[in-house]
Amino acid sequence: MISLERIRRFVQHAFSLLINSHFYIFGTAPIYQGNLKYVCTPVLNCYSCPLAVTSCPIGALQSALATLRPTFRAVGGGIPQAGLYILGSLGLVASVVGRMPCGWLCPFGLIQEYLFKLRTRKLALPRWSRHVRYVVLAIFVVLLPLFWIDPIGFGETTFCKFICPAGTLEAGIPLLSLRPELRQIAGVLFGWKFLVLVAIVVASIYTSRPFCRTICPLGAILGLFNRVSLVRLHHDKETCVECGACRTICPTGVSFYDGTDSANSPSCIRCLRCYSICPVCAISVTTEQGRKVINQCTPKRRAAS
Amino acid sequence: MKFKTAYLFLLGSMVLLIMGIYSGEASSTLKKAISICLSCIGIG
Repeated sequence: MISLERIRRFVQHAFSLLINSHFYIFGTAPIYQGNLKYVCTPVLNCYSCPLAVTSCPIGALQSALATLRPTFRAVGGGIPQAGLYILGSLGLVASVVGRMPCGWLCPFGLIQEYLFKLRTRKLALPRWSRHVRYVVLAIFVVLLPLFWIDPIGFGETTFCKFICPAGTLEAGIPLLSLRPELRQIAGVLFGWKFLVLVAIVVASIYTSRPFCRTICPLGAILGLFNRVSLVRLHHDKETCVECGACRTICPTGVSFYDGTDSANSPSCIRCLRCYSICPVCAISVTTEQGRKVINQCTPKRRAAS
Repeated sequence: MKFKTAYLFLLGSMVLLIMGIYSGEASSTLKKAISICLSCIGIG
């Protein structure tokens, strides 16, 4: 039987390729302009990337909030364009699988996983750092686009502009390479964003998925659904032998075997590596009613009595 | 009646999605996604 980890790797690569399949980058339009961009995929993949064929929900959400005042004034009431479409798209996926797209679909997560494979001394992140992503979400994705208004009345998409390393990697650098005329206008801001990207790349070599764990606002939104989603993780304390294998293999440092975190912690990206490694099958993937979704586990060791 | 939280969130998300489409947000999302915002990606 093919291991779950191999299936996950295949899905990560296939999905990354699927949403970045606009290979006609040397054509007339520098980016894809078709109808697939109606779709907000629940991953951090910049829609200004020359290869991208779908929309980034964080970019779209900021844009919606940044244009909330002028569009609301223009239409004179009605339902305001406050990111409902984007939140609805994210909610549809997250209420079924929680933060699973982070572990199974996100191209930027995949890049970080590859960087972490480099053989160096590995470092742990402090527990408090996992709360930073909520601050980033509140300030850079919601508050600043809403309240940092330019003279015309439009807000700033501050997360994309000042932080997003995926945007620099997938859109900034490729566009500067493909269109030499843009190099003249790339200034201090691009230098700053390049530094942020370098910092994330270096951090990813020494610690597992640092961006997902500490900064990613999309992960912050999706993680909130982990406790209420249709598909959940269940940790059977009776069966657990407390070997700590799940804690060691977890890419986001979740520790539920000893009760530090919940099995459905907002930090969990549901990569299911803990499910695969557990020697006594104490972890299961279940529905809200407790029915098993995956039944691939065979005990490698005798359970605790 | 036992509440199924996940189904409530699923239903809520569908309502948000429909409201978003009704308010023309899907078209706005497309409009923004098909043009390069240089300042958004740190150029310019």
